[in-house]
Amino acid sequence: MFAESELNIRNKRVQNLFRILFLMMTVLLVIPVIIILGMLITKGGSIISIDFLFTYPTNGMTAGGIFPALLGTVWIVAVALLASVPLGVAAAIYLNEYAADNWFTRLIQLAIINLAGVPSIVHALFGVGAFVIFFGFGTSILAASLTLAIMTLPVVIVSTRESLRAVPQAFREACWNMGATRWQTIRRVVLPNAVSGILTGVILEVSRTTGETAPIMFTGAAFFLPFLPQGVFDQTMALSLHLFVVATQVPGVPENLPYGVALVLIAMVLLMNSISIAFRMYLRGKKKW
Amino acid sequence: MSEIQTLQQTMSADFDSRNLDWYIDKLVQSVVFFAGISAIIFIIGIFVFITIEGFGFLLEDFSFREFFLSPFWEPSDEDAPEYGILALVAGTASVTGLAMVVAIPFSLGAAIFIGEFATGKLREFLKVLVELLAAIPSVVWGFIGLSIMNPLIIDLFDVPVGLNVLNAGVILGLMAAPIMTSIAEDALKAVPDRYREAAEALGATRWQVIFKTVLPAAKNGLLGAVLLGVGRGFGETMAVLMATGHAVNIPGSLFDPVRALTATIAAELGETAVGSPHYQALFTIGIFLFIITFLINLTADLIVRGIRKG
Repeated sequence: MFAESELNIRNKRVQNLFRILFLMMTVLLVIPVIIILGMLITKGGSIISIDFLFTYPTNGMTAGGIFPALLGTVWIVAVALLASVPLGVAAAIYLNEYAADNWFTRLIQLAIINLAGVPSIVHALFGVGAFVIFFGFGTSILAASLTLAIMTLPVVIVSTRESLRAVPQAFREACWNMGATRWQTIRRVVLPNAVSGILTGVILEVSRTTGETAPIMFTGAAFFLPFLPQGVFDQTMALSLHLFVVATQVPGVPENLPYGVALVLIAMVLLMNSISIAFRMYLRGKKKW
Repeated sequence: MSEIQTLQQTMSADFDSRNLDWYIDKLVQSVVFFAGISAIIFIIGIFVFITIEGFGFLLEDFSFREFFLSPFWEPSDEDAPEYGILALVAGTASVTGLAMVVAIPFSLGAAIFIGEFATGKLREFLKVLVELLAAIPSVVWGFIGLSIMNPLIIDLFDVPVGLNVLNAGVILGLMAAPIMTSIAEDALKAVPDRYREAAEALGATRWQVIFKTVLPAAKNGLLGAVLLGVGRGFGETMAVLMATGHAVNIPGSLFDPVRALTATIAAELGETAVGSPHYQALFTIGIFLFIITFLINLTADLIVRGIRKG
């Protein structure tokens, strides 16, 4: 319809140039990581087997499997969830359903942001000072899990709050008008509508907790233990710390062993994250309001 | 909502409905209130407990001049232990600085591409990819620095050791970039579409819209993203412990090994006796880290809030 002026053509050219430039930046951000993941798989893939997952390390951790570390991670994550999920969900309920929009609520939000921003090694120091020494739990699963629970609390609070916020206000109002109390409304109407959203947040927290190393180094995870933990007051091995140990602390480890441990760890974390993302997308598609 | 609240209150006064449900409601309200303030309690708790553990050092051996200005960190010297964190601060700062040089252009570029250029499936895919990259644990990054980057740097630059500022900086940059990308993308998304529409109606091309309208409007949010990246680099432990070379050193070049504040705590806490000056000095570093990251996060929060209000 209009003839392309010289300015038009130049503008288009510049636009395409920028489009390609930014695409390149995105690609350059992603490519190295893909290459690295590929290297982990090629170098560590050969050692992964059922035996590797379900046997003990042998020969001073230079051979054998990772079973105690795998099981220890499950212990630590499970106990951390028991502590942080109820607390985090309750905190999110307070923030979304009860709290007024004032300076005090801002202060709580600021604390949550900072809790997520405090370096993991400072959380570890807190865990040592508070749980290991002051409360006398010693270096134990309990101390490690509580340290991790506090560290990952913001993940649960933020994601739960998001899903509570997504429940339409009209649902609550309808329920109140029937004479229900606030808690009855939350329990019968708000939570059932938000529960799957909360679950995606919990899965995300599992993934975070699985990969953390520094907070558990001095609070409950051991370099090597010849036995499995019997309860929450025992120490345990953990997969993330095991990777650090076989990569840096043990001489004479065959090259593919640490790659294998890294591969298992990263597979667990990415699997958990993918489930959480897929679940979130499924929910978004299913949403009725 | 407040009308309904008042209505509810008057109704409960009228009918005096203080039955079991009413008491349960009050009970739950106080329970969730305590859960709500738990974050504040924990932040204060963290500060109190690390201060208690480091207090003896602060009272006796701590000298402001030595702690901040001496480049010698020799806590296990029996005759004259020295507790200077200058070299450690230099190590953390150099690694974080390089990480930001790597991460800022790429994460902002990626955020602009995802937020402003990509559409539909490609956009969804890239967002998921960035989220997954952000989830890779730091100990895995450290291992990558140790076993993949290390020989790569030795080959490429013909240096004897590949564990140095360059290695840790690149690792930390790759690690921080996905998080910075998603925060920056949120900041771009927060710019109302009518800004873009108005600019396009005036005849601006896509890149003019982005550079003259969207980026200036999202400036604070982007700055917040960068600050959070800095905070993360400052506090990162396992990756810098494994990739820096762990030598107390004020770096003169990219190929010098350094040691970070966080890594010092991680490497030495296990070897010190509880309550010894060395142990307490490590907690004092923890206090310093806590205060610095607190200030960074506070500033980032204030900057991001600033635009929301204005």
